[in-house]
Amino acid sequence: MANTNKVILKSAWVLGLFSLIGIGLVSLTHHVTADKIADNERLFVLKNLRALVPDDMHDNDLLSDVIEFSDPNSFGNKHPVKIYKAFKNQQLVAIIASPTAADGYNGSIKLLVAIRQNGELIGVRVVSHQETPGLGDAIDSNKGDWIHSFAGRSLNNPKLSEWNVKRDGGYFDQFTGATITPRAVVKAVRKTLQYYQANKGNLVTSNKESNG
Amino acid sequence: MDSYKHILKNGLWINNQAFVALLGLCPLLAVSNTLINGLGLGLATTLTLILSNSIISLVRHYVGSEVRLPVFVLIIASIVTIIQLIMNAYFYELYLILGIFIPLIVTNCAIIGRAEAYASKNPVGASCIDGLAMGLGFTSALVVLGAAREIIGSGTLFANAHLMFGEAANNLTMVIIDDYEGFLLAILPPGAFIGLGLLIALKNIIDARQAKPSQQTVSMDFASKKA
Repeated sequence: MANTNKVILKSAWVLGLFSLIGIGLVSLTHHVTADKIADNERLFVLKNLRALVPDDMHDNDLLSDVIEFSDPNSFGNKHPVKIYKAFKNQQLVAIIASPTAADGYNGSIKLLVAIRQNGELIGVRVVSHQETPGLGDAIDSNKGDWIHSFAGRSLNNPKLSEWNVKRDGGYFDQFTGATITPRAVVKAVRKTLQYYQANKGNLVTSNKESNG
Repeated sequence: MDSYKHILKNGLWINNQAFVALLGLCPLLAVSNTLINGLGLGLATTLTLILSNSIISLVRHYVGSEVRLPVFVLIIASIVTIIQLIMNAYFYELYLILGIFIPLIVTNCAIIGRAEAYASKNPVGASCIDGLAMGLGFTSALVVLGAAREIIGSGTLFANAHLMFGEAANNLTMVIIDDYEGFLLAILPPGAFIGLGLLIALKNIIDARQAKPSQQTVSMDFASKKA
């Protein structure tokens, strides 16, 4: 009996010791890599933003002039939306919104929608999606040109009733074998444009000014 | 003790974890849609195997058989978490693609399998080589399957090589078939199953060819026994 207790106790010590060593090593690595990882994530976001609003268009730090909120009434789902604001000489030149189309064929499609101050689209990019390879994934700018068809569009071009895929009587192409994916993207872009039109007035100030 | 040459041959061919033991199928099938993805996960798995086998072999005398499995899992999980953090820090874009599969290395039975079957019974040097051999065997399976699926599925090879080797590797991408429409089945999971099945069949054919002379003696043995 005493012997059994001894074995149990020894096993507990061994297990406890290895847990401590494991936790120690993982914490140490986390500590060493944390800054670099945060940096990577920042740069990755910035790279996506730059592709839409290049550096010469604005003179502020996009990553600090950002508001985040969740507005199911405007965007149709509870996913948080970030709005990055681009200023030049204290004037708003463009915004980049990050809506999520929750009604993709296979889960959510995260988008970046860049809108010029006058309500015209600079462009749209897909940040992440799980649409079917070879069908719905043509929305990805690496796989197809479709996403570029938004550039220069606005709520009047095409007119609001045609902000749909062709199958639904609208202006935008769908893909052979994949209608749900482009339909979701078109809808999310339209809702973002409508949100911008309705809230333009609240977006013109920089975070710095409103805080100061 | 086995010779290192035998350990290497065992890991790469005779007891290949993917083709023979059929272990680690989840990451194998999920990530082998391009050569580079396969190579990335394969190397991460190899590194895990080398480290886990070496560490487990080092501590094998101090860990009682009652708690050996929890301790092995603890060691493997720590190693994988550390590799995940390092990849996240230094190979960020590759991490974005493989990210969700890296934690799955923990569940790759090949790793706990080698820990239990080999590292817990053998000295450090041999265990380390065994980890390397098993890892390279698994990597080669991922790379061959990845290359086959990439060529058949999208008509390219080495796509996204820059994720691993930096921007300089961008021109490494080869278009094998011009104006290829793509073959969806090869990229989707069923393509992985079919491809793996064909590769296993191919390996069995090669093994059968090589074994022919000895097989004849076996059948002669049977014949003589019957007689």
